[in-house]
Amino acid sequence: MTAVSDTETTIGFGRVLRKEDVRFLRGKGNYVDDIKLPGMLHGAVLRSPYAHAKIVSINTAAAEAHPKVRAVVTGKLLETLNLAWIPSLSHDVIAVLATDKVRYQGQEVAFVVADDRYAARDALELIEVEYEVLPAVIDAKTALDPSSALIRDDIEGKSDNHIFDWDCGDQEETDQVFDQAEVVVKQEMLYPRVHPAPMETCGAVADMDPISGKLTIWSTTQAPHAHRTLYALVAGLPEHKLRVVSPDIGGGFGNKVGIYPGYVLAVVGSILTKRPVKWMEDRSENLMSTSFARDYHMSGEIAATKDGKILGLRVHVLADHGAFNNTAQPTKFPAGFFHIFSGSYDLRSAYCQVTGVYTNKAPGGVAYACSFRVTEAVYLVERMVDCLAQELKMDPAELRMRNLLKPEQFPYLSPTGWEYDSGDYPRALRLAMDIAGYETLRQEQAEKRAKGELMGIGVSFFTETVGAGPKKHMDILGLGMADGCDVRVHPTGKAVVRLSVQTQGQGHETTFAQIVSEVTGIPIADIEVVHGDTDSTPFGLGTYGSRSTPVSGAACAIASQRVRDKARIIAAAMLECSPEDLEWESGRWFVKGDPSSGKTIQEIALAAHGPLELPDGVEGHLDGQCVYDPPNLTYPFGAYICVVDIDKDTGKVNVRRFIAVDDCGPRINPMIVEGQVHGGLADGVGMALMEAIAFDEEGNCLGGSFMDYLLPTSLECPSWETGQTVTPSPHHPLGLKGVGESATVGSPPAVVNAIIDALSVYGVRHADMPFTPAQVWRTIVGSPMRTDMAFK
Amino acid sequence: MNIEVEVNGVGYSRDIEPRMLLVHFLRDEIGLTGTHWGCDTTNCGTCVVWMDEVPVKSCTVLAAMAAGHSVRTVEDLEQNGTLDPVQQGFMEMHGLQCGFCTPGMMMTARWLLDHNPDPSEMEIREAISGQICRCTGYENIVRAIRWAAEHSGEPADKAGEVMA
Repeated sequence: MTAVSDTETTIGFGRVLRKEDVRFLRGKGNYVDDIKLPGMLHGAVLRSPYAHAKIVSINTAAAEAHPKVRAVVTGKLLETLNLAWIPSLSHDVIAVLATDKVRYQGQEVAFVVADDRYAARDALELIEVEYEVLPAVIDAKTALDPSSALIRDDIEGKSDNHIFDWDCGDQEETDQVFDQAEVVVKQEMLYPRVHPAPMETCGAVADMDPISGKLTIWSTTQAPHAHRTLYALVAGLPEHKLRVVSPDIGGGFGNKVGIYPGYVLAVVGSILTKRPVKWMEDRSENLMSTSFARDYHMSGEIAATKDGKILGLRVHVLADHGAFNNTAQPTKFPAGFFHIFSGSYDLRSAYCQVTGVYTNKAPGGVAYACSFRVTEAVYLVERMVDCLAQELKMDPAELRMRNLLKPEQFPYLSPTGWEYDSGDYPRALRLAMDIAGYETLRQEQAEKRAKGELMGIGVSFFTETVGAGPKKHMDILGLGMADGCDVRVHPTGKAVVRLSVQTQGQGHETTFAQIVSEVTGIPIADIEVVHGDTDSTPFGLGTYGSRSTPVSGAACAIASQRVRDKARIIAAAMLECSPEDLEWESGRWFVKGDPSSGKTIQEIALAAHGPLELPDGVEGHLDGQCVYDPPNLTYPFGAYICVVDIDKDTGKVNVRRFIAVDDCGPRINPMIVEGQVHGGLADGVGMALMEAIAFDEEGNCLGGSFMDYLLPTSLECPSWETGQTVTPSPHHPLGLKGVGESATVGSPPAVVNAIIDALSVYGVRHADMPFTPAQVWRTIVGSPMRTDMAFK
Repeated sequence: MNIEVEVNGVGYSRDIEPRMLLVHFLRDEIGLTGTHWGCDTTNCGTCVVWMDEVPVKSCTVLAAMAAGHSVRTVEDLEQNGTLDPVQQGFMEMHGLQCGFCTPGMMMTARWLLDHNPDPSEMEIREAISGQICRCTGYENIVRAIRWAAEHSGEPADKAGEVMA
C-alpha cells in the first residue's frame, strides 16, 4: 500500500494526508455528544407548536414531579437571573425561553433537566402551556403592511416589522447610467431560505464547578473565543473562570457561529443542579430553530449597451430575517457583504438598497457557507448577466468574457467600495471553457434541441470577499476580527502551534502544521496543532466566512517567521557571526558563501534552551507570536460551468457535468482544497435542485426533517471536474486567499443558469430555486412556484 | 428489560428500557461513540452498523431487536493494529472531512466490497445513496472505496500510525 510514512520528513505545502483522520477513521473522534462526565444530566427543550402566539400560562408541576427530573426552567425563572433575553449578533435580542409570546414555530419555551435523555423528553410532555394564537406574518412581502401583526412588541415603541434600511453605491450616478442605457433588463428573484444542516446537530455540555466557580462549556461552536466573551458579557460571569471547548465538530457551514438558547440553558441547568448538563438537539430542532441562510427577495436591474457592454447594476432587496435579527456579520454591514454584487465585471456604477424585516420564522440569516451574503450577491449578478445575454441573444460565456475585469485593472476599486486585491479572470474562464469543451457542448446542445431534448449549459463567474477583516472596519459586537497565533519550538525541535480558529472538517490540524513547516522547515509530522480550547489558545474570532486561512493563516505565517528570525539571531550566536551573515534554506541557517557551516532549526532550538549566551535584548527559547489584523480582505474567484439534462416528461434535472476552476492563491494542501471545493459544489447542487425551507400560511415549517428537507446524495452529484489558476494575494504573507465557501457561492448560479438555458426553448427567462421536478414542470407550463410559500 | 447483544465479538448484558434505540445503546450503554446519531428518520445514515452482517440504520432499530444478534461497528474495522483497506482508502483519497458521516459510510463500503469486490463508480454511488455527507460532495468517498477495492488483499502497512 502506498503509505504516509514519507510524511515523517515532509516539509511545507503540498499533498499530505491529514493528521486528524487517524482518530476519525477508528471511530475515535470526540464530538460534543461523545462527552460523558460523571454525574452528567441531560436537558431537553420544549418548543412552540405555533408561529405566533401569546403565552397565557405554563404549568410545570407534573414535569417537576417526574421521578427522574432534576430541574424545570421557564422564561419566568430566567427573568430572575436576567437571562430570559440575550443580545443577538446584530444588536437585537433573542429570547432564551419565551416569556411573553412565541414568535416562530420551534421557539424555546421551557427546559427540562433529567437523569437521561429519554426521561427529559418524557417530562416535556408533562408541561402544560396555554397559548392564545395570533395571526402569523409569513410572507416577507407583506411584513411591512400596516395590517400585518406586530411581531416585536417587546421592543419599546416598535409599531411595525421593519428592521433596517441600508444602501450602498452612488444612487444618482447609477440612475443616470440606467436613464441613458440602450438596454435595461429587470428580473425579480428569490434566494430561498435554506439550512446548513451539518451532519452533527448543535449541542453543549456545561459543567459548573461549584467549588472553584469555573464553568466549562463544551459546545458545537465555530468561534469558541467569541462565545466565551459573550457568555461573560451576557451572564456577568468572570471571563477567566470560563472555558469554552469546541471539540471535534461534525460540520459547521455557519450553523455553529452563534450562541443558541440551548447552550445557555445547559449552563443554567448546570448551575441549578450543580452537575454537568448535556443538551443535544435532534434533527428537527436543528432544521426548525437554528440559523437558516439566505431568504433574500431580490429585484435586480442591469444596464448595458446593445453590443453587450455592461454599464450598471441596481438592486433592491427585501431581507427576511425571521423573528429576531440574529445574523452573524460585521456590525457596520447589516446586509453583510452583499454590496459585492457588482461581481467580477468592469461596471461604471452600481447601487443597492436592502430592507430587513421581521417575520414569524426562525432567526439567523447568515449561515451555510456564504461569506456574509456574498452567495446572494453572486447569484444576483450571475443571473442578471444571463438574463442580459438572453435579451441580447449573446452567448453567456462570451458576454462575461467581454465584461470581466482585466488583470491590469487590479487592485480594483469597485463601485460599492471594495478593493479587489488581485485577479486574472479571463484566464480562469478560458480554462473552465477548455476543460468543459464549451464549443463542443454548444454543438451537442443544438443537435439535442433539434431532436426536442432539453440540455442546458450554465456559466457562472464569482468574486468572493473573504478573510474578515480589518479591525478598523469590522467587528462583531465590538470584538475586532483579528486573530492570534502562538508558535513554540520545544528543545528537541518539535513544535506546537496554538490557533484562535477551530476546524469543523477543514483540516486545520494538517494545514496549519504545513504553514509552520513551510516557514520554519520543521517537518509537518513534528508539529502539533492546538485549537478549539479557550484555555490553551490565543484569542480570535473563529472559523467562518472563509477567514481561517486569510486571517489566522496569516497570523500563523508571521508567528512562524518570527521563530525563523529569532532562530537566525541564535544561530549567529552559535556560529559566532552576525545574523546578517546568515542565509536561510528550508530548516537551516548557514553562513553566506559557506553552506557547510550552518545550524539546523532543531540544533538552534536546543541551543535556545541551553546555556548559550545570547545578544542583549534576545530572550531564550524559540517562539513567536502574532495578532494579525488584516489590511484588506482577500478576493478568491472562479469560473464554473454546469451541464444539465432535463427529462421533459418528469421535470427531473440531471447534473451531467460540473467544471470548477478556482483561484484561491497558492494551495497549502491541494488535496484538502479540492475536497473543500467538492463539498461546496454539492451544496450548490442541493440548493439549486432540492433545498428550501418553506412555510404554510400558519407558519408551520415544512422543512423540519430530512424527509422534507432534501439534501443531495451521491446520486444527484456528478463526478466533479476541477481546475485551478494561481494568483497570489499581494497582502497576505504567503499569498493565500481562503477557499472554504467559494464553491457554495459560485455553483448555484451555474446550475440555475444551465436549467434556464435548457428551458429557454419555452421562452423561460427565470424561475426560482429549488428546481424540483414540480418546479421544472411548472416553469415549463409558464407558472413557476413561489418556492418559499407552500400556499402561493 | 434485560438484553444480551454481541457487539464486535464481545457479549454485553444490559438492563434497558424497551424503547431504547440501538444507536443510543451502542453510544450511551456500552460507550462505542464511533457510531453517530444524525436524523432519527433513517435518512442520513451516519448511524449505520451491521446487524448479523447486514448494514442497518441504528437510529431506527430498537436495542431490544438486536438482542441475541451480533452487531458490528466502526470500532471493529481495524484488526490487530492494521487499518481495513476501506479506512486506508478514506485517508488516502481524502474521503472524509468533519468525520461525522464517515463511520456509517465505511461500514456500508465494507459490506459492498465483501459482496462486490470490484464495484463500478455507479455501483458505489448507489450503495452509499442512503447516506448523506455534507463535506465531501461524495467524489472522494467514491474514490476511497475504489482505492479500497484496488488494494484489498495487499499486506497493509501501519500507515495511519505515522502521523498519530
